Amino acid sequence: MKQKYYFDYAATTPIDPRVVKAMLPYFGEIYGNTMSLHSFGMKSAEAVEKSREIIAKSINAKADEIIFTGSATESNNLALKGLAEAHPNKNKIIISAIEHDCVLNSARWLKSKGYRLVVLPVDKEGKIDLELLEKEVDEKTLVVSIIHGNNEVGTIQDLQKIGNICRNHKVYFHTDASQSFTKTKIDVEDMKIDLLTASSHKIYGPKGVAILYVRSGIMINPILHGGGHEGGLRSSTVNVSAIVGMGKAVEISYKVGKLESCKVEKLRDKLIKGVLKTIPDCWVNGSLTDRLYNNVNISFKNVEGESLLLELDNRGIMCSTGSACSSNNLEPSHVLLAMGLTAPEAHGSLRFSLGRWTTEKEIDYLLAVLPKVVKKIRKISPFKI
Amino acid sequence: MRGQFTYSKKVLSHFRKPHNLGNIKNPSGLGEVGNLACGDVMKLYLKIEDDKIEEIKFETYGCAAAIATSSVITDLVKGKTIEEALKMTNKEVIDSLDGLPPIKIHCSLLSVDALGEAIYDYLVKNNREIPKELEERHRRITTLADHH
Ligand code: FES
Repeated sequence: MKQKYYFDYAATTPIDPRVVKAMLPYFGEIYGNTMSLHSFGMKSAEAVEKSREIIAKSINAKADEIIFTGSATESNNLALKGLAEAHPNKNKIIISAIEHDCVLNSARWLKSKGYRLVVLPVDKEGKIDLELLEKEVDEKTLVVSIIHGNNEVGTIQDLQKIGNICRNHKVYFHTDASQSFTKTKIDVEDMKIDLLTASSHKIYGPKGVAILYVRSGIMINPILHGGGHEGGLRSSTVNVSAIVGMGKAVEISYKVGKLESCKVEKLRDKLIKGVLKTIPDCWVNGSLTDRLYNNVNISFKNVEGESLLLELDNRGIMCSTGSACSSNNLEPSHVLLAMGLTAPEAHGSLRFSLGRWTTEKEIDYLLAVLPKVVKKIRKISPFKI
Repeated sequence: MRGQFTYSKKVLSHFRKPHNLGNIKNPSGLGEVGNLACGDVMKLYLKIEDDKIEEIKFETYGCAAAIATSSVITDLVKGKTIEEALKMTNKEVIDSLDGLPPIKIHCSLLSVDALGEAIYDYLVKNNREIPKELEERHRRITTLADHH
């Protein structure tokens, strides 16, 4: 196999070998069902509870406030639909225009059931308008759900301020922290977060496991009904090995935290500077200051993103695009459009996301290849710049 | 569709090394069409002698499928008479690429339309009679574009 250069950590991360090692005993040795009363069952249950504690601590929550689910999508669905079911006296939901599809589509589904849906616009950096939020929250509002670090452009919202507004109006505050979890500090007490979604496969853990934090005292109803796992909120046989893996992934992130963020941020900035310097007619999308330390999102004028992505892939470089051609509804990225980009501008956007194993050499290779590839695709285009 | 699509080897090879890329100065016929679905654009240039396509070039702003179909259609009609070229369907284009993912079928229409428009342009420029079918095609393409 040709050498591969992975710049798609925001899509998913490889599993850290230490995580794999921690998981292994839970396949063939300690394979008990957490609901079984025998010692195998208990061992499994203990391992799950240990993970729950590690994860809870990392966001300053209590262990019994953590529900394990199968994906961030499931967590976001459970947060919104579970709240709606449990609080039928409310009829309004507030989200931002740059939510992940799973929040957006859950909210739209609730809208189809009669909820009033308010979608807060964002400015050109991707920040929501806090004054508008303040105006919109009222006693009929069920929940405000705002993404923490945006998955496409990396912009980080001020959760503290949003949390204060929600608390003052006695409205629940949910955040999708899938991208920011373990990358930037999250404290559910300080930030007054009532519900929070985080995922394992974005933090070097296995796929197929995520959490929903629900502040104790807040009622939600389950989506899945069955044997009553996870306090009755998520029936399904507990995915022990994956949960152990997620716990381990969080534990590792404590250890490497600052070092890793400094290293990756430096590489990110080198990449941004290098691209802006060597390629004409391109610009960075998203905030330059309040930004996930591993996100680079750049639009290239007169370039279609899917063709650019495939041409890079041909040279071993893997990334993502917000182009309409690459989406399954042929619409450009709703995030970029919400930030004020025109459809053609969104067409030529690429996201490079860095991570634990990104090296300076890889950045150098990308910086050497990208200008050539952009030039090649521009040459095919009838628009000349 | 469940799961992500993949491109055939032929699509990828045309995409990576497009045939007949570029433009022709003072073309006998020029066809320019936009893709309504996602906003892409293709320009097709023809040099025609004795009603035969002597030279053909294209420029495309679009996805890999759009670039590959542009490239393959130039191969398919080069050396053909305009009458033969007008018979070209997008099925032929798709077949000669060993298929396209369903969501990318619309990209292949772009190249067939651009070819039709380039021949239309040639006929108009030379005060020639326009076949009824081509006239209708032209009307469909241009009105669609206006509406967009
Ligand atoms: S040109 Fe946009 S999907 Fe093919």
